[in-house]
Amino acid sequence: MSSTTNTSTQHTSTIGAIGTPSRRNTELALLAFAVVIPVFAYVNVGLALNDQVPAGLAAYGIGLGVMATIGHLVVRKFAPYADPLMLPLATLLNGLGLVAIWRLDQSERLQLSKTYVEASPRQLLYSAMGVALFIVVLIFLKDHRVLQRYTYISMAASLVLLMLPLVPGLGLDVFGAKIWISIAGFTIQPGEFAKIVIAVFFAGYLMVKRDALALASRRFMGLYLPRGRDLGPILVVWAMSILILVFETDLGTSLLFFGMFVIMLYVATERTSWIVFGLLMSAVGAVGVASFEIHVQQRVQAWLDPMGEWELSKTVLGHSAQSMEALWAFGSGGTLGTGLGQGNSDLIGFAANSDFILATFGEELGLAGVMAILLLYGLIVERGIRTALAARDPFGKLLAVGLSGAFGLQVFVVAGGVMGLIPLTGMTLPFVAYGGSSVIANWALIGILLRISDTARRPAPSPAPNPDAEMTQVVRP
Amino acid sequence: MSELTLTVMRLGFLAVLWLFVIVAVQVIRSDLFGTRVTQRGSRRESARPQQAARQAAPPQQRGQQPAATGGRRGRNAPTKLVVSEGTLTGTTVALQGQTISLGRAHDSTIVLDDDYASSRHARIYPDRDGQWIVEDLGSTNGTYLDRNRLTTPTPIPLGAPIRIGKTVIELRK
Repeated sequence: MSSTTNTSTQHTSTIGAIGTPSRRNTELALLAFAVVIPVFAYVNVGLALNDQVPAGLAAYGIGLGVMATIGHLVVRKFAPYADPLMLPLATLLNGLGLVAIWRLDQSERLQLSKTYVEASPRQLLYSAMGVALFIVVLIFLKDHRVLQRYTYISMAASLVLLMLPLVPGLGLDVFGAKIWISIAGFTIQPGEFAKIVIAVFFAGYLMVKRDALALASRRFMGLYLPRGRDLGPILVVWAMSILILVFETDLGTSLLFFGMFVIMLYVATERTSWIVFGLLMSAVGAVGVASFEIHVQQRVQAWLDPMGEWELSKTVLGHSAQSMEALWAFGSGGTLGTGLGQGNSDLIGFAANSDFILATFGEELGLAGVMAILLLYGLIVERGIRTALAARDPFGKLLAVGLSGAFGLQVFVVAGGVMGLIPLTGMTLPFVAYGGSSVIANWALIGILLRISDTARRPAPSPAPNPDAEMTQVVRP
Repeated sequence: MSELTLTVMRLGFLAVLWLFVIVAVQVIRSDLFGTRVTQRGSRRESARPQQAARQAAPPQQRGQQPAATGGRRGRNAPTKLVVSEGTLTGTTVALQGQTISLGRAHDSTIVLDDDYASSRHARIYPDRDGQWIVEDLGSTNGTYLDRNRLTTPTPIPLGAPIRIGKTVIELRK
């Protein structure tokens, strides 16, 4: 018996080497690093603008530090095997966003404008609310598979969330895009939350239907063509996204939902034909809508000819100079940037701290800084996809892919828009841009991803002690 | 503030930002545990028959003589369970003496998304000697080890395919 016990303990320990340190200490070290970087940036901005360390340094540093610490402790307690990188990456991006927003608050040009509000204290509050929601998700969502029960409820909920801005008296029309609602003085962007809810629906739905979508198909020119009736779901989602585009005139949200569905459909069925179909349908849809929707036409015009649009904006009302100004900001930043607090990205004026915040980084940190920030986003997406690979249940896999795909698409849509790669759409850069809904929803998204990765990486429970082993002793030579 | 200080801070900040990215990538690099993805494709296909052939003889012997010496078993003990066919292809689970349940039930260790699988289809567990056993839990369509439908708990030879519906799993070192 003793020899057997020895072997079995050896056995476990050799496998333990492959197995599972929880990596919470790595996370803590990275978190400390992720809090120090924004503090450094904050000091840098203060010294550059006023020759002194900013007075609010302690408040911001401690605020960010406390949020990170509480987040870390909750992860340690409730999701001990979760991915060690996502929380530090999100904290760093959130901190950098806070610094950039504070830096734009200090701009005298922006302070003169009518719409000026001091945005950074609010953003700190929103971040705290975001971390609070993150904690709630981790504490109350013990197992992501619970969400599978709410597949069709999520569908209804996401439709309601998407339709809310169209309800008269509730919706707000802000410069052409109707994606906000106003409740008790707060403006909320329900689309940001719908992003998470609809991922739950897509994951639950595709998990059930994917065999029919993948297997029943004819092969034609190297592509698997689905049967006509299986095109139903993708047509419905396509129609939804077109309706969003027409009624809310928001290209970003529409692209995000359709893109997320196509990504998840591709992952669920492994059929390239869905991507081809998706791209064709979104191209047809976008061109079709652009042919009669003036708001969309303007955006496309500003994308094709930003300089002409800038000149028009001097004389004609309703044209926007921002696209060109953002490009100038990137240009004057060059490779290494002008240094934090020393750029003129505040010239962009309206939405400089939300939709166009990447231009501030582009000018003050240059190509090197923007690349680093895009890599941080890339790493979050990578960890999400990695979580999907590690997950052992199809629903978790699809949900993780959907959430990280949506996150990545959102970064692409807004960064591509600001940089002039695609027509600009009003979306927020996750964690960085000023906006409560965005920060809060993205913290919840990270919470769900951490929950899935905790389930995926948690070692299986140790075998229950076998009562028979106590009773029957096997005698060995 | 002097120009020099600001330049140093500007470059220093970029350096720190990139250092964070590099450290994060290092963490990913060292993150080599948990589920791993195996190569799909021809290499595995050619490797498996050999492995199965090599392992074809021992199972009966080993099943009947569980008292093999500790050293030998330590060397031949499988360390992971690999899904080699079906929708979960590539998923691996480290074997650490735990019971692995397979089926469509959401709380299974490996959740099968397969119309031919029962909700609690089969389980794989180590017996007291560390030999891994597969047991069919009264499934509708049966569990197959190699070509044989299981009727009793059976020891699993290394590399032998266990088929449940469209999913094939095997134990590997």
